[in-house]
Formats: sequence, C-alpha cells, structure tokens
Amino acid sequence: MKPQKNTLFALYSVLESASQPERQLSAGEIARKYGISPHHLAKVLHTLARAGVVESVRGVGGGYRFAGNAKRLTLMDVIELFENIGAPARGSGPRRRRQGTGTGVERAVGTVLSEIDAMAEATLRSISIATLLKLIERQRRRT
Amino acid sequence: MKTPQVRNVQAADLAEVAAIDLEITRLPKPGYWAGIYQRYGSGRRQQRFFLVAEAAGRIEGFVIGEVRDWEFGSPRCGWVFAISVRPGARLAGIGSRLLEAICEGFRRLGVTKVRTMLARDNPLILSFFRSQGMMAAPFIPLEIELDPAGTDRK
Repeated sequence: MKPQKNTLFALYSVLESASQPERQLSAGEIARKYGISPHHLAKVLHTLARAGVVESVRGVGGGYRFAGNAKRLTLMDVIELFENIGAPARGSGPRRRRQGTGTGVERAVGTVLSEIDAMAEATLRSISIATLLKLIERQRRRT
Repeated sequence: MKTPQVRNVQAADLAEVAAIDLEITRLPKPGYWAGIYQRYGSGRRQQRFFLVAEAAGRIEGFVIGEVRDWEFGSPRCGWVFAISVRPGARLAGIGSRLLEAICEGFRRLGVTKVRTMLARDNPLILSFFRSQGMMAAPFIPLEIELDPAGTDRK
C-alpha cells in the first residue's frame, strides 16, 4: 500500500497535533515543517476537523488542536478518512471483476496481492496514534 | 482494583487460568491446561515461564513463554505464546505487568529479543503488543490446508 499525499499529510498533522495536545498548531506551521503547500494542507485539516480528529480554534493564535483519543485512534482510522484501502482495488486489472471470478491467473495474482493488503490493513488497524508517538520518542532517544 | 502481584503459577491456579481462557476464547480445552502446567509451570522450569497476576486472592491474568534456541534459524530469543487478562480486569495495566515480568525473566537468561505470533484479525491483542513497542519481525508465517490422509493429490 502506498498512501496518497493527502493521507500522509493527514498522518503528519495528526501526529504533530497529538504530540502537543495543549497547543494550537497553524496549518502554516505544519506545512513549513513538512514542505507542504499550506493551501493543500488546509483542505486536509478541514477533513480532519469535520471528522472530530482535530478541532479548529479561531481567532488570534488560533489553529488546530488534537481532539481525538490518541489511545483509541488508529492509523487506519485516519487513512480511511482519505482513501478506501480496504476496497478490492488490487489484482483486478483493467476490467474490474467481482472477487472469485476472472481467469485462473487473475485469481492467483489477486490472492497474493490480497495477502499483502490484509497484512497492511492489520498493521494499520493495530497501531494507535499513542503507540506511534511512543515509537517516535524511542527513535528520537536512539539518535 | 488492588495492584496485582505477578508470580509463578501454582497448581491451584489452573482452574482460574482455564476459566479466563474459556471466557475469552469460548473454547473449552480439557486436558490442555494440565499439560501446559506440566511443561511450563512445574518442576525445573529452566527456560520456561508460566506467570500469573493475582489481586485480592483472584487470578486476573497469565502469561506463558519460553526461551528458544535456533528456532527458525534465529539465535536464542524469548517467545511469548499466550497472554490473557480477565475481560473485567482490563485497562488496569495487568497485561503490561505480565509482559514486563516475563521479559525480565528472559533478560535474566541473557535474552535480548522477544517475539510472539498473533492472529492478524485480532486487533485487540495486536494493539496491545504494538503499544508495548513490538514491531514486525523478519519472519513471515505460512500455512497450508492439508488434504485428508489417503487423498490422491495428483
């Protein structure tokens, strides 16, 4: 699975805001850190705010603040706001077919690609934002 | 809830251990727990661990594992193959204490790596081990459905 740009930007934004839940981060601040267009990031943050993952704080010094439950919110929860990676998009070729149909070759290739998708999905559903923040901290201490 | 004490299993704990497992898996396993106790909980344990968490005289969870040498071509490492906490006692850090206790046992034996294997459709237990810092190992579990004995496989 290769996440789309919006998905990656969303994950960066969620992790940045969840790592400093007491702070309000502006779209510009996050955009500068990751070299992203602020305009593009504003749309991503709007989607996150609509889903209740972050909340928008208006006024001077306003921005976005983490509003989710870091122990419960998984990477998959964030990803699913931007793309449907659980959909059978792999191995179905240009002529999209229902699962279980198609030639023997298509079915065999689809089976292997589904294995990869299932592993990716299980991984993303098992890692919470809190767990990833702990990983970031561990990696920071090691460097 | 009172802070649980983690200690080695005793024969008298087995009924409660089996009851926790039954409550979680809904699969009775007659004979299984006695066998596990024989192998992991009694006599000279050497590289094997069967620990329970007890609070106010009640078993709230257990963990089982062992040190294995050169399995799957891997140098000596600790394997955790069962960990369970009574559903009503969860979110109190009992699983973390059990895992830390067995890891401490592995450390005393000179082990620096711990592994486990999990069902990928069980996000609860996957999330628990992930939250403890465990990452994907450099192994891929594979399996095959065997045809019944006597089946022509041509």
